[in-house]
Amino acid sequence: MTSLILRTTTRYLTPLLLIFSVFLFLRGHNQPGGGFAGGLVAAAPFALFSIAFGAAEARRVLQVEPRWLIGVGLLAALASGVIGLLGGYPFLTGTWGYLKLPGFGVLDIGTPLFFDLGVYLAVIGVTLSIIFALEEAE
Amino acid sequence: MTSIRCRAQTFEAEHPEEFLMNVLLILPILIPMLTAVLALLLQKSRSTQRAVSSIGAWTLFAAAAWLVVDVWRNGIQAAQMGNWPAPYGITLVADLFSAVMVLLAGIIAAAVGMYSLVSVDAQREEFGYHSLYHFLLMGVCGAFLTGDLFNLYVWFEVMLMASFVLMALGGERGQMEGAIKYVTLNLISSALFLSALGLLYAIAGTLNMADLAYKFSDVSASQHPGLMTTLAILFMLAFGIKAAVFPLFFWLPASYHTPPVAVSALFAGLLTKVGVYALIRVFTLIFLQDVGYTHSLILVIAGLTMVSGVLGAVAQYDFRRLLSFHIISQIGYALMGLGIFTASALGGAVFFIFHVSIAKASLFLVSGVAQRLYRTCDLKRLGGLYQTQPMLAALFLVSAMSLAGIPPFSGFFAKLGLVKAGLDTGQHVIVAVALGVSLLTLFSMLKIWGEAFWKPIPDQSGTTGGLSGVRLSNWLFPIAILSAISVVLGLGAGPAFNFALQAGEQLMDPSLYIQAVLGGAP
Repeated sequence: MTSLILRTTTRYLTPLLLIFSVFLFLRGHNQPGGGFAGGLVAAAPFALFSIAFGAAEARRVLQVEPRWLIGVGLLAALASGVIGLLGGYPFLTGTWGYLKLPGFGVLDIGTPLFFDLGVYLAVIGVTLSIIFALEEAE
Repeated sequence: MTSIRCRAQTFEAEHPEEFLMNVLLILPILIPMLTAVLALLLQKSRSTQRAVSSIGAWTLFAAAAWLVVDVWRNGIQAAQMGNWPAPYGITLVADLFSAVMVLLAGIIAAAVGMYSLVSVDAQREEFGYHSLYHFLLMGVCGAFLTGDLFNLYVWFEVMLMASFVLMALGGERGQMEGAIKYVTLNLISSALFLSALGLLYAIAGTLNMADLAYKFSDVSASQHPGLMTTLAILFMLAFGIKAAVFPLFFWLPASYHTPPVAVSALFAGLLTKVGVYALIRVFTLIFLQDVGYTHSLILVIAGLTMVSGVLGAVAQYDFRRLLSFHIISQIGYALMGLGIFTASALGGAVFFIFHVSIAKASLFLVSGVAQRLYRTCDLKRLGGLYQTQPMLAALFLVSAMSLAGIPPFSGFFAKLGLVKAGLDTGQHVIVAVALGVSLLTLFSMLKIWGEAFWKPIPDQSGTTGGLSGVRLSNWLFPIAILSAISVVLGLGAGPAFNFALQAGEQLMDPSLYIQAVLGGAP
């Protein structure tokens, strides 16, 4: 299917959706949002791409295999859990460090963020694997 | 310029035994997960994937063995994930029963994993067979170790998702038919489980098993006696479908013979046992308000399950379908231990589950070799295996006799323990049923022996030529490992039974479990 409207909209929506997904992802730390919701929103532009331009084109834009995203995402979540374990605490115990940004202040960075990042990537990977497979089956 | 500095962490563990506990309890979940993820990332290279998968399976086995030794020495172990104290966080608990089930998962994983390497085709491997295999194991081990009912639901789902794909992977016509039945029935079971969880949470305000056990041992249970029994039955239905008990077993023989044999063996060895594990766990820990009703019902179901399974098997002439019906029948024995509800009966059930999973997985693997040789599982078209594959015949005999309960194999002692516990409590009917079903099981195994092994090779042009020349050592080795365990369990029945009895005593005393999770004074 080729639709000029869909193709044009997809081009304009893609950056907006990606930025919104990062916003959702970071907001999720203390408020509704998080890796799962963010990941779904991040998958949306690629899903639109595969509808408007075909799965092959969407794969080209994504550049990495969706399967690879699943794997790396799960590894990140796993690693964030193991960090607590190495510190002598149970698996998944939150461990915190801080990041000093000159002229900006101090940013707390903890393993929950990495866990959520893993979820974010894995959700994009799973969603796109399914959507591409459905698109290619036609 | 940016710099990352970590806050001072107490890297030297203050309590070394607690550190060990934290690690040991999570390893059986972490190892399969890491293996699955690596296999997923290495999907392009078939040989690395296979190596990773094998290493993962054997490491899981080693970790499980370590866990068993630790629990045996130090009693029930518990760890609070994320360092959130129970009952608010998720607890992992290993008592002897859990630990033994994890060990069972490790053994089956290693043996069936080896068998997968030779029997699963390249196409399935490239599609992620090994990755799914280990995701399934992660779900199984998680279900055995979790101390939280909602978390148990999550592990069930992990396990089921992986099993759905393994069941359908390859997309053969028969597979799709089996997979649809399997998926539908399991989704119904999950829905029931989830509704039951909602109701339970509304009553108790917690889903931590130890906390539930503590609350219900007290006053609140007596306020809703009717509701508690309803809940108990809901859980019985949900887990009963997964465990394939009478009258909820129809999905099992309709689906287990369709996927590749390695998958069948893995399912036969582990999946229904997770259902049985969940039944035993909730009916020894939580639903103890009306034992006279619930556990008698379980005993009746156990008897009917044994009989219907074995009678279903009598009519079958397909190697794997016949074995599938026997899975059902054997589930009845494990439930019999729960229904009698004494320490020795539960010990017998633990021993039985361990024995039957190994024997069953081994028999499925044997059926796979027959299928490899004859391209069919139809007993009428098999034949002459005793002549052409004497080693296979010997291995089949060990597992088959063990399943039927002939001494000196493990099945005899497992059934002896259950029968003795039944006689001690005066449950003569179930004992008679158990013995009768044993006889029919023996008959059924002899039917396979007669058809597939003993009778002369049926007249088939083309397929029978040079059967004795086929090299099968890679196929037979995993079967030999399982058979050897069966024999060792039989010869060393004394210490093994002692171990099972300890597990049974732990199960009969929920206060030990509660104390391990919630500490001294909850």
